Amino acid sequence: MTTFTGNRGLAQEEALIFEQDSPGHSGVDLPALPHTKTRLGTVKKRTKIGLPGLSEPQIVRHYTRLSQKNYAIDAGLYPLGSCTMKHNPRLNEKAVRMPGFADLHPLQPIATVQGALQLIDQLAHWLKTLTGMPAVALSPAAGAHGEYCGMIAIRAALEARGDKRRKVLVPESAHGTNPATAAALGFEVESIPATEDGHVDLAALKAKLGPDVAGIMLTNPNTCGLFERDIKTIADAVHEVGGFFYCDGANFNAIVGRVRPADLGVDAMHINLHKTFSTPHGGGGPGAGPVVFSDKLAPYVPVSWVVHGKNGFDLVEHASGDAVGRLKAFHGQMGMFVRALTYMLSHGNDGLRQASSDAVLGANYILASLSDVLHPAFPGPCMHEALFDDSSLKGTGVTTLDIAKAMLDEGYHPMTMYFPLVVHGAMLIEPTESESKDSLDKFIGTMRDLVRRAKLPGAEEEFHAAPRLTPRRRLDETAAARKPVLRWRPPALDQAAE
Amino acid sequence: MADLRFTKDHEWVRLEGDVATVGITAFAQDQLGDVVFVELPAVGKKVEQGKDAAVVESVKAASEVYAPLDGEVTEVNDALTGDPALVNADPMGAAWFFKMKVANKAQLDGLLDQAAYDAYVKGLA
Repeated sequence: MTTFTGNRGLAQEEALIFEQDSPGHSGVDLPALPHTKTRLGTVKKRTKIGLPGLSEPQIVRHYTRLSQKNYAIDAGLYPLGSCTMKHNPRLNEKAVRMPGFADLHPLQPIATVQGALQLIDQLAHWLKTLTGMPAVALSPAAGAHGEYCGMIAIRAALEARGDKRRKVLVPESAHGTNPATAAALGFEVESIPATEDGHVDLAALKAKLGPDVAGIMLTNPNTCGLFERDIKTIADAVHEVGGFFYCDGANFNAIVGRVRPADLGVDAMHINLHKTFSTPHGGGGPGAGPVVFSDKLAPYVPVSWVVHGKNGFDLVEHASGDAVGRLKAFHGQMGMFVRALTYMLSHGNDGLRQASSDAVLGANYILASLSDVLHPAFPGPCMHEALFDDSSLKGTGVTTLDIAKAMLDEGYHPMTMYFPLVVHGAMLIEPTESESKDSLDKFIGTMRDLVRRAKLPGAEEEFHAAPRLTPRRRLDETAAARKPVLRWRPPALDQAAE
Repeated sequence: MADLRFTKDHEWVRLEGDVATVGITAFAQDQLGDVVFVELPAVGKKVEQGKDAAVVESVKAASEVYAPLDGEVTEVNDALTGDPALVNADPMGAAWFFKMKVANKAQLDGLLDQAAYDAYVKGLA
């Protein structure tokens, strides 16, 4: 059914703000410019700058309508999980809006920001305690920046002992940022295969170890949603040849409160505050990727850090000795620090342990409840993510992508698809710790129904037509990638160019 | 026409004289889905068997294309850069990736022939 307006019920079409331009309209009534002589000379702009003219109510409606098109964690279950965003407790938001935190400036005199420094110091204490590691760098601006921070410390430690080894081992199932980080720092990346059951191939790893290995970058729990059982053996073997063990701590949310990375032999690990400690992410807020370090790497931790001085808290701002210099202006994402510490303090150690346990329980509930209709990529139990391959859809003509599109019609955002690459047609579902059993049951019921329908005769056509109920039907992803239109231009100009 | 040989990473090779033409197999393009981007090596680049030589990106994933043999890149198929869809349309023909001067022809014997590759792919499906 099409409507005159293009709206569907109360789901409204919304044109770009430039397409709503009514010349002469304005939200503010500015006084006429006083007669002054321009001093811009030849750089004076002579053409129109092209700002759209709209009144205040038009602007308010425009942005309200756009915000309503956004599917959000506050609107429903989000199977992409904590990688994108998990529930942001409102207490975090209350704490961060206190003027003593919200109105800070990083160049304020130290004496006026003692509370903020105490908070940073306390956050550092919590991160070190939860991981068992003796040192931490708080400034990295995101997970990948944290990887860079950890690996640059490893490079500095190698340089300090005059060691020229350059090889970094990365498992096949690693986050794509791991090999990218190692390559960006001039290391040579070598890939280690995965075993049939989704773990690092220990024999293949050991075969690659030698005096040329600078270290390994390993995610645990890994991207197949499994705990690397051999992690201690791997750490010992890497240490034995003089290499370092970088752990990608993206999935720390599955083990926080239960496992201390220091006990696994980790030398450096970043922690994504949004994944484990519930800070906003993506459009909702900047990332923060603190990195914890072992004793061996502690001398290389980049500045700045908080110390207990004679007159209260103080900041070390300049690198001395072997320490790596500054990786970021100022001291890190203060707003995220406040939220993360609020989360830690409101949960306590036992609450964090409960959160990671619930995350793992929720994922296993999904894995167990779907495993008779969708084929698990690896036998369970899993950690905080349930991973399926597409072998159950074989012969139906329905693909992982089609299932994802059909989920949209059912009111669910799709899960992670086609990743990890080692699993054919991968469907990776992370419910997080926040979903109730009722919410999980509804999701499971929906998925079971979709798979049942996918196996019926004629399903291929039906599923290829999905989504039917979204503001736009299936988008041409291939054309968007092959011929991206990166800039809006007024239709008149666009026609003139053709 | 010279015999085709294959790698387990789904590259095909055709040796004529001491120049090998390299591309990705029909199975590979089918698994990748719509190819949207191809990155080719520089002419003159020395490549090693099993090491990265090119990149192919689809709507699903980005993958490395490995050099099937040791040698030096002598020519690349610039048509792919402008029209990556060619990889889906004619993977075994017009969509060859690069040509290379082969350093050690004996390495060819270690690759799969058509029957062995077909059997290998059948095992994957």
